[in-house]
Parts: sequence; C-alpha cells; structure tokens
Amino acid sequence: MKKIFSKVFWADKDVEQLVGQMLITGVLTASIVVLSGGALYLWQHGKGGVPDYRVFAGEGVGFTTFSGIFKGAFKFNTREIIQLGVLVLIATPILRVACSLFAFILERDKLYIFITMIVLCIILFSIFGGIKG
Amino acid sequence: MTILTFTLILLAGAYLAGLLGSLTGLGGGVVVIPLLTLVFHVDIRYAIGAALLASIATSSGAASAYVKEGITNIRLGMFLEIATTIGAVMGALIAVYTPTNTIAMLFGGILIFSAAMTLRKKNEVALTQGSRLSALLKLDNNYPVNGVKVDYKLKNVLGGFSMMTVAGVVSGLLGIGSGALKVLAMDTTMKIPFKVSTTTSNFMIGVTAAASAVVYLQRGYMDPGIAFPVILGVLGGAFTGSKLLTRMNPKVLRIIFCVAITFVAIEMIYNGYQHKF
Repeated sequence: MKKIFSKVFWADKDVEQLVGQMLITGVLTASIVVLSGGALYLWQHGKGGVPDYRVFAGEGVGFTTFSGIFKGAFKFNTREIIQLGVLVLIATPILRVACSLFAFILERDKLYIFITMIVLCIILFSIFGGIKG
Repeated sequence: MTILTFTLILLAGAYLAGLLGSLTGLGGGVVVIPLLTLVFHVDIRYAIGAALLASIATSSGAASAYVKEGITNIRLGMFLEIATTIGAVMGALIAVYTPTNTIAMLFGGILIFSAAMTLRKKNEVALTQGSRLSALLKLDNNYPVNGVKVDYKLKNVLGGFSMMTVAGVVSGLLGIGSGALKVLAMDTTMKIPFKVSTTTSNFMIGVTAAASAVVYLQRGYMDPGIAFPVILGVLGGAFTGSKLLTRMNPKVLRIIFCVAITFVAIEMIYNGYQHKF
C-alpha cells in the first residue's frame, strides 16, 4: 500500500495508463447499461408508436435529476435504466479530471493541482449552479 | 412507425454517422445533428442532446488509446480545458436565448468550416524555440514518431487559450465537440505538431461536452429513446472507422465525404433560413 502513495511509483507513463483505462471502462460500462435498458425497452414497448419528437416537450423529473433517474432505474423502468447509462457516460470524462487531480497530487505538481481544481469547479458549477434556466 | 422500427433505422443511421465522423476526422457528434433533424425530423434540441452524448462516447473511446500511446499532451489538455469548459457553460447559457433556426444556421456554417479544415495542410514541424509562458506552464513536451521521441515547444499560449474559449462556446451552443476549432487553435496558433494537436483536442472534447451535457440533461434535452440507438450506433461506427483507418488512407473518400457534408450543411442553413426548425 505504501508504494501507491510514493512519487516514484507513479511515473507519467503510469498515469497515462490509468487515465486510458478509466476512460475505456467508463464508456464500456455506459454502453452495457444503455444496451440492457434499451433491449428491455424494445421488449416492453417495441410495438408501441414513436413519441412525437418533432415537437420539443422536454423530459420529466424522472429523467432530468439524479434522484429521479436512480428511483426509476431501481424500479426497473427501462427508460430510466437507459438514462442511468447516459449518466455514467457523462460522468466518465468528469471522473477522468478527478483522476488527473489525484495523479498531480501524487506528483506534487502544485501548478497543475490548481489548474485541475479550476476545471473541476467549473464543471461542478455547471451541475449544481442552477443554470439550466 | 413503431418504436422498434424507429430504433433499428436510427441505429443503422447512427452507425453510418459514426463511421463517417471517424473516417473524415470530424468526430462522432457532428453528423448526428443533420441525421436526426433532416432525416428523422426530430426537434433540434433533442438532436443537440444526443449529439453531445455521441461526442463524449467517441472521444473518450478514442482518447483511451491515444493516451496510452503517449501522444496526448495531458498538461496542455488540462490547461486549455479551463478555457473550453468556461466557454461550454457560456454556450449552454446563451442557447436558451437563441432561436432554434439561428442555431441550425450557425451549425451549418461550422459544419462547412470543419469540412474545409479536414482538407487543410497539416503542421508536422516541431518548434524548437517556444515562448516563456509555455515553459512556465510546463506545456513543452515530446511525442513518439516511428518509435523515436521528438521534443516540441509551443508559442502564442494566450492566443490559443482565447481561441479555445470560442471553441468551448460553439461546443456548448451547438452540442458538438468542435474539434476543428480546437485543432485550429493548437495547430495554427500554438504551432503544435498535428498528431499531438488532434489527439489532445480529442482528449479535451469529452470534458468540454460533459460541461454542457450536464446542463442539457437537466433541461430535458436528452431522451432515452433517442440516446439508446445513437450512443450504441455511433460507437460501433467509430470503432469500425478506426479499424479501417489503420489499413487504408482514405484521402479520396475524405474529399467525397467533405463535399457531401457541405451539401448537408447548406440544407441546414437553408432550412434554418426558411424557419423550418
């Protein structure tokens, strides 16, 4: 365990491997969740008519909030399971930034710890800043 | 039309969009918007939501390979992400006050510009003399060329940074990765070798798109019934494209596709002008 927190252990090369692994894992997880939700959705509603996408109605609370998506997905509502996959997909690059922050902290690169924190703060503001209008 | 037929046709369309985006280098999201609006007559707001997801999926998938090869300049990407994420949030804010027809016309314009950019002469020279700011920010780096590490330096850091903000605004407003603008900032302004600038641009697209995607998700632009075939189709198409690219050099194909995309762009502008969105 001690090794993980030492500077020598984490050369730039390892950080690159970690970031690369993280990105691909995120995309694969998201795809699997979307595929399972989508397959069930087609199974249950495949024969139904397509909603009128020509008119923008916007999605309900069940698809636009964390709690709504989680609640629906745990009830095995197929559309919410797809939306959970969408959430995993959006989270992937954000987690990548968090992952880089961790790496810069281990490298004790103060300048880049600061720069990465700014990027994270902007994204957090975008999520929680109430700017959906 | 039943949901099953709609999903299958959209899946096939998204696969072609992903393939086209990968072979031309335009990216996964760009072709999704005309596909959804012109072919499926989906409202452009749903199309923007789906295109953002396609951009995140393809850029993250491709970035994982480039990062492992050590071509991507992670510090440069991180520094410029300050500009692109601020821009993306501003773009998502402006979008509320922008009529959909204006968005469609802007999109057409950017599409033509992007197609022209893929045919440009690429910068392959590595600078040996960089600026002070570039050294201060530790942006100078090296990248592998045929197994040999080549050092490169940067200049015009602030110019590149401001151009990246514009790229971010466009990305947030139109829901695309705006890779062409990112490459323009790095290739032309900061004089980075194109292999580094394309991979680093691709690396940044995911984060930039995510910054505005969280806003659009909360605004209800992301419909699971559209997201499902678009994400899987585009990913599949991009994957096939990347496999094909290692075996052939699609120079002629690229020109044909870019001409085709220009026609699509003109149709977007025309329809926007006729207030059809």
